[in-house]
Amino acid sequence: MNASNKKILVIGGGMSGLTAALEAAETGAQVVLVEKSPYLGGRVAQLNKYFPKLCPPTCGLEINFKRIKNNPDITFYTMTEVTQITGQAGDFHVTLNVRPRYVNDKCVACNKCAEVCPVERVNDFNYGLDNNKAAYLPFDMAFPYQYVIDMSVCLGDACKKCVKACEYNAIELDMAPQTVTVDVGAIVVAGGWNLYDATKIDNLGFGQVANVINNMQMERLASPNGPTGGKIQRPSDGAEPKSVAFVQCAGSRDENHLPYCSYICCMASLKQATYLLDQDPEAQAAIFYIDIRTPGRYEQFYWKVRDRENVELIRGKVAKITQAPGDKVEVVAEDTATGNKVRRVFDLVVLAAGMEPCTKADKIPLALKYTDEGFIDPTGLPAGIFAVGSMKSPLDVAKSVQDGTGAAIKALQSLVGR
Amino acid sequence: MEERKYGVYICQGCGIAEAVKIEGLEKVARKGGKIPHIKNHPILCSPEGLEFIKTDIAAEGINGLVICACSPRVKYEEFDFPGCLIERVNIRELVAWTQEPQAEETQLLAEDYVVMGCAKIKKADIPEGVPVEIERAILVIGGGVTGLTAALEAANLGQQVVLVEKEAELGGLGAGLFQQTPRKYPYQELEVPVVFNKIKEVLTNPKIKVLTKSEVVLIDGQPGLYDVTIKTDGKEDIYKIGAVILAAGAKPYDATKLGHLGYGKSDDVVTNWELEKIAADGKILRPSNGKPAQKVVFIQCAGSVDPDHLPYCSAFCCGTSLKQAKYVRTMNPDSLAYIIYKNMRTLGQNELFYKHAQNDPGILLTKGDVTGVEVADDGSLAVIAENTLLGDKIKLEADLVVLATGLVPATVEGPVLNLNYRQGPGLPDLELFQGFADSNFICFQYETRRTGVYAAGAVRQPMDMATAMEDAAGAALKAYQCLEHTAKGIAVHPRAWDQTFPDPFMQRCTACKRCTEECPFGAIEEDEKGTPFYKINRCRRCGTCMGACPERIVSFKDFSVDIIGSMIKAMDVPEEGTRIVAFVCENDAYPAIDAAALNRLKLHPAVRFISVRCLGSFNLVWIADALSRGIDGILIMGCKYGDDYQCHFAKGSELANYRMGKLQETLDRLALESERAQFMEVAINDFDKLPKLIDDFVVRVEEIGPNPYKEF
Repeated sequence: MNASNKKILVIGGGMSGLTAALEAAETGAQVVLVEKSPYLGGRVAQLNKYFPKLCPPTCGLEINFKRIKNNPDITFYTMTEVTQITGQAGDFHVTLNVRPRYVNDKCVACNKCAEVCPVERVNDFNYGLDNNKAAYLPFDMAFPYQYVIDMSVCLGDACKKCVKACEYNAIELDMAPQTVTVDVGAIVVAGGWNLYDATKIDNLGFGQVANVINNMQMERLASPNGPTGGKIQRPSDGAEPKSVAFVQCAGSRDENHLPYCSYICCMASLKQATYLLDQDPEAQAAIFYIDIRTPGRYEQFYWKVRDRENVELIRGKVAKITQAPGDKVEVVAEDTATGNKVRRVFDLVVLAAGMEPCTKADKIPLALKYTDEGFIDPTGLPAGIFAVGSMKSPLDVAKSVQDGTGAAIKALQSLVGR
Repeated sequence: MEERKYGVYICQGCGIAEAVKIEGLEKVARKGGKIPHIKNHPILCSPEGLEFIKTDIAAEGINGLVICACSPRVKYEEFDFPGCLIERVNIRELVAWTQEPQAEETQLLAEDYVVMGCAKIKKADIPEGVPVEIERAILVIGGGVTGLTAALEAANLGQQVVLVEKEAELGGLGAGLFQQTPRKYPYQELEVPVVFNKIKEVLTNPKIKVLTKSEVVLIDGQPGLYDVTIKTDGKEDIYKIGAVILAAGAKPYDATKLGHLGYGKSDDVVTNWELEKIAADGKILRPSNGKPAQKVVFIQCAGSVDPDHLPYCSAFCCGTSLKQAKYVRTMNPDSLAYIIYKNMRTLGQNELFYKHAQNDPGILLTKGDVTGVEVADDGSLAVIAENTLLGDKIKLEADLVVLATGLVPATVEGPVLNLNYRQGPGLPDLELFQGFADSNFICFQYETRRTGVYAAGAVRQPMDMATAMEDAAGAALKAYQCLEHTAKGIAVHPRAWDQTFPDPFMQRCTACKRCTEECPFGAIEEDEKGTPFYKINRCRRCGTCMGACPERIVSFKDFSVDIIGSMIKAMDVPEEGTRIVAFVCENDAYPAIDAAALNRLKLHPAVRFISVRCLGSFNLVWIADALSRGIDGILIMGCKYGDDYQCHFAKGSELANYRMGKLQETLDRLALESERAQFMEVAINDFDKLPKLIDDFVVRVEEIGPNPYKEF
């Protein structure tokens, strides 16, 4: 018997993967956690608050990171992708490609490299709402707490300002990718989701009409560690919006885009309406919806927000979004029940864009069965491989945690007796 | 306590040497800290710096290290020296990154942190878990689809399981289903209810002992060591149990309360549960006359999302009605099925099943508010609805009306668990969750306030069966994990690495019962004489008992009233100038301070932060310690409390605030202004607000004037 057969590989360091990894490791199993971005936490790290408690996601992440720090049974790799998996249940051979971070473990996060860095990059963490330097810390609570260099914009040897500025010899512009191989007994796939690209929805004006943003951008705007320091502002002029429309099912429940429901968007827009009203109690929030989907006890959250003054729920599918004078945005919707047209003008429009499984774009190097929409079909999973979270169906954080915990026991079971 | 040789290691990097005079720090470490062995290094966390420390450890036999460098939240791997007690003194974030370089106040602040660290390490020790012999069987309460799944998941991991079901048969509500909503892509085909296979698997699994017609009478003891009394057919037996999965499920909402929807007024108004039985006979017939039902109207949210009935959505009923509409259409293709809903809730991929149903021209779906169901003298039915697609106000004739009734969790009727706990037989906090045995934590779905008890399925949240099965797997993992940790003498979540435990000095206990009342987890019981004692495996190591105890007798090896008190005593309190001590929750407020430092925000130099496990561990004597030393103000910084509490020990910040309330009376009596001590709500993402909140407090304290005890 090989000790490595008692190991579990978790692909994806977002909420599902983090949970699966930690829950398994806290039973004494050896876990290797692999994340493709430079930090752990995934999408939730980008959220300002969770529904329905309106509490900061970094609070739970802090505990999870502390669990990792205190658990010798977890090894994690950031900026890493799985390139090959061979073998079978109980005996998988996995090849990992660790992309260079260009900043080594000596980094103390002093920010000197960013200070001297002359080039900027689009800040993907903030969904393109601002730029940061090519040498950057992904965000203030990033774990690992370590800078990274975006080589796609770095000037390299021609510049080297960061190399000179770093007193800790932490920068290695010639860092090479590394290939790591691990042998594991079970694999949990927790790749997570990407936001649906709203530019594909012609009639909703994203990318064309000023002051139409998506729901993740709204999270970043409202976050104290976001591009505006937590102020919700119109991108065009930085003005604080007095009226905001939330357009539900932007892509979701639409045969031309995402035929499924993305699960979180109704709760997310209700939550974001509270962001707006907390900033400006006089502001108006209007939510255009087909159905308000607040399952289970989330109904209480719906009532709480619905009953706030200045929150308006408009039943209707938005048909068209166009530019109005003064950088305002006109929204035309059709009431699905009455057929009546509603025409309204807002300072800012937030598209509740849906979720796409990351496997829509990047497949796991395994012979898996996918649905037409790119989700992993669990009925086609080989023995020893488990899919969790938004790999299978859109879901929220609570369900990701639940599913991640359940995946841990499945993975452990597959190792029993080996 | 092991004999220790201490060493102080001061880092000069990250701006520390620019901000403060290192010799000054060395001087106070020697003088006030009384640790003569002091070293400094340009970059302590560098490979050279670490080698420097390791060499020193080897050469000098140092086994207690005060590392004066960055926050303990970073460089945790670097500053880990096996066998050594480590105290991290954060002079980077708390000083170098947040203070005016080379200012006198900055120097004094850093010196205080160094002596406080020296004082702390001398009172602390390395914790060691105490392994215990435990029982490993898992008790599963409830033999429905959740309980069956949980039992199988645990058994498949090699665990012994005792499954208790109060009815004569296993299967619960799931066994009453004719078919099940689709769980597989493309979400079109109805499935054989999964529960029947599960029953077979459970009954043939040698690891699972099934007790039907049984109820849990009493759960006595603690995780790993429960004696569970189970009554089977009137006879009581005691089982040795390690952990408990609460899968008691839910009951359909009592439809007799839905008279306005015609229930009880006509035999042809049935619930969704009753329709399953009708469908099982192969035909959808009207109960009143046995004739085929040609027009079947489904009324969604019958009782659910209704403040007068169930203030939540029952989560499964939309899918169920779509499924039942399919029964109607399949069994009689000439029939019509109407579904009147408020909001169609087919979330995620379940939307595909909804679309599939929409493609059937015989299934008519409309939004609408049903205002009543009329029963005519001849027994014919009409559903009255408003705001529908078919018109503002419509009257739909029906042969059969199906009420999509929701679920009521088992925990509404009684405690189910019947715990023999001083704090009561059931789970606390149920009222916060509309009666469900839910977790308050979004990130941690299986947290209850009863260690070793993990809830799953419809007793935890309204959910459908597919979700319930996933939930059962999660709860089974948590139960297994609890056993693993308990056996090793390690805490469970949220301090799942912690080997410390509360160690009370019982000779001084006055049996005041505060600890027994305040422990959020009910870990402390009383003997016949009223003296408290720990059921240690229930303990989550928050230190609430330590904070509650007026005699200050509760200590952990690395955290105690005395340790914190010594830190306060170690501070230098000059006659001139304001001094504030702030007790901060290590999970939220402390990281927020670190984030403020990363953003290079300035923090008031009068404030000394002391991190605590949880604000529940905050003992009022520290305020007395601080005030008697002449410290002018005290801040308690922690997370939000109330219905949406964020404390991961449930009660910490609430209790700290409550204790502060009591303190104010005392302070007023001592002619000390109660405003000198203040509770401050700080979330982990409040870094940007921190400087002003703190500055404002300092201003208020300065307005009150110096602490009159300063001169003593």
